[in-house]
Amino acid sequence: MEKTATLARELNIREMTLHMGPSHPAMHGTIRMFLELDGETVVSSDVEIGYLHRGFEKTCENRTYHQAIIYTDRLNYVSPLINNFGYAMAVEKLFGVDVPERCKYIRVIMSEICRITDHLTNVGASAMELGAITAFLYMIKAREMLWKLIEEVAGGRGVTPSYVRIGGVKDDLPEGFQGRTLEAFKVTREVLQEIHGLLTKNRIFVDRTKGVGAITADEAMSYGFTGPCLRSTGVAYDVRKAQPYMVYDKMNFEVPVGTNGDNYDRYLVRMEEIQQSMRICEQALFSMPPGPIKIDDPRITFPSKKDVYGKMESLINHFKLFMNGHGIMPPKGEVYQAVEGANGELGFYVISDGSGRPYRLRCRPPCFMIMSGVSRLVNGGMVADIVPTFGSVNMIGGECDR
Amino acid sequence: MEESLTLKKLRERFPASIIDTHSFRGDDTAVVKRVDVVDICRFLKESPDLSYNFLMDLTAVDYLQMNNPPKTERFEVVYHLYSIKYNHRVRIKAPLTEADPTIDSLTPLWAVANWLERECWDMFGIRFDGHPDLKRILLYEQFEGHPLRKDYPLTGRQPLIGPKN
Repeated sequence: MEKTATLARELNIREMTLHMGPSHPAMHGTIRMFLELDGETVVSSDVEIGYLHRGFEKTCENRTYHQAIIYTDRLNYVSPLINNFGYAMAVEKLFGVDVPERCKYIRVIMSEICRITDHLTNVGASAMELGAITAFLYMIKAREMLWKLIEEVAGGRGVTPSYVRIGGVKDDLPEGFQGRTLEAFKVTREVLQEIHGLLTKNRIFVDRTKGVGAITADEAMSYGFTGPCLRSTGVAYDVRKAQPYMVYDKMNFEVPVGTNGDNYDRYLVRMEEIQQSMRICEQALFSMPPGPIKIDDPRITFPSKKDVYGKMESLINHFKLFMNGHGIMPPKGEVYQAVEGANGELGFYVISDGSGRPYRLRCRPPCFMIMSGVSRLVNGGMVADIVPTFGSVNMIGGECDR
Repeated sequence: MEESLTLKKLRERFPASIIDTHSFRGDDTAVVKRVDVVDICRFLKESPDLSYNFLMDLTAVDYLQMNNPPKTERFEVVYHLYSIKYNHRVRIKAPLTEADPTIDSLTPLWAVANWLERECWDMFGIRFDGHPDLKRILLYEQFEGHPLRKDYPLTGRQPLIGPKN
């Protein structure tokens, strides 16, 4: 012991401060971590966010309710439709209106496709950061097929679909969508099987993830974790089950939970959630009723383009909704609407003063809460373990920094 | 409309500090005096028949330009709590004056309050007493002003900063 102390003095060993990121491949360019290191062990750490802050809330408070939709796309840009729907549902809740049944089914299907793409990206990218580039490429292959589906429906690929309208959706699903979705799911299922073969029992992957970045259920709740990060600790909280919105109460699905709350459990929970999401999608596709896709209320929804160019009343209605100071005006009040985003509870808190602009629009980003606990996850571990831990919590800069 | 159990219990336990309650669109809301926020949250969290174990969200609102109807206090800090056990949400709001936008910190109750309160300070300039490290989180240290206040201009530039030594 004494010898070690002498050696330490002679070698001038001391704790080292290291800045990891923002230009570090694993930090996505949006995070800086200040690490206090003893050798390779992280003694303490501090996470700095805000590199992707673009004033989402301030911008939306100075736009009309419809103009805010495109900004919600850019929150969690890996599953933008869920943000779209969450925001639209908050405004619909302000109005106190309910969208038609078919619209709810479409929203469920598109949300779940987005959730799958999000989980595929996350699992693929975090495996890639551990060296498994094959897994990443396989998953991107499946994601590509799903993004093509989103492109067919919304017109925008992946990041910027802006598919929702307040009180409905932009368009109905295209012809043959059901068949192509089932085809894409077939590929996704094959990919998942391959990924299970590549990763789940892979010695290197298991060694790098099992027991790394673990957190207990109580701590996770104190840090406000939701989504896969909370469920991996064994708490089966899912907004879709707890407070069903749209038509999730009619769907048959399970909420997978882990036990240890470590990176490996987060990986397994996500893999299982992809399966469950496909299950929901298939049920919804087969049980979808025909009918309108938006509310029939000229004060809330836009007339269809065909009518705008063909009927005078619709043209006037269109102008009225788009003119400054004449847009949709929800009644005075405040609501909080939560949906299950890919990373956890995504909430929108909207205050209306009765005018055409939200007086206050607050987004509860699931990533922000999870990032507040990342210091706790990495402290005491090795520097190299930061990479899988940070990868598995799925930090999305657009959502975390807004 | 009948008041929910949470609001009833709050009224019973803290008759003097509840200013108002309402349930617009099913969202239970209690407006409370700022001095009692920590006590109320502790009660909501620890009482076994409520057990609000999640601090889902913490934010603020600047009512400077609200004229429908105008508010007497400029700021309001808004807490969204959620109880996993009873699957229930409640919103707690605490009005603050412009002259003294200070409120007690919830960091002893929830770890996530640390970052949420930092964001609130960053965006609204609301100070949280008892916060271990109240500094900006999304913006940088040299930033001037608090952008989500309604009197913060939409256009304009902040002074450029050089690299830190």
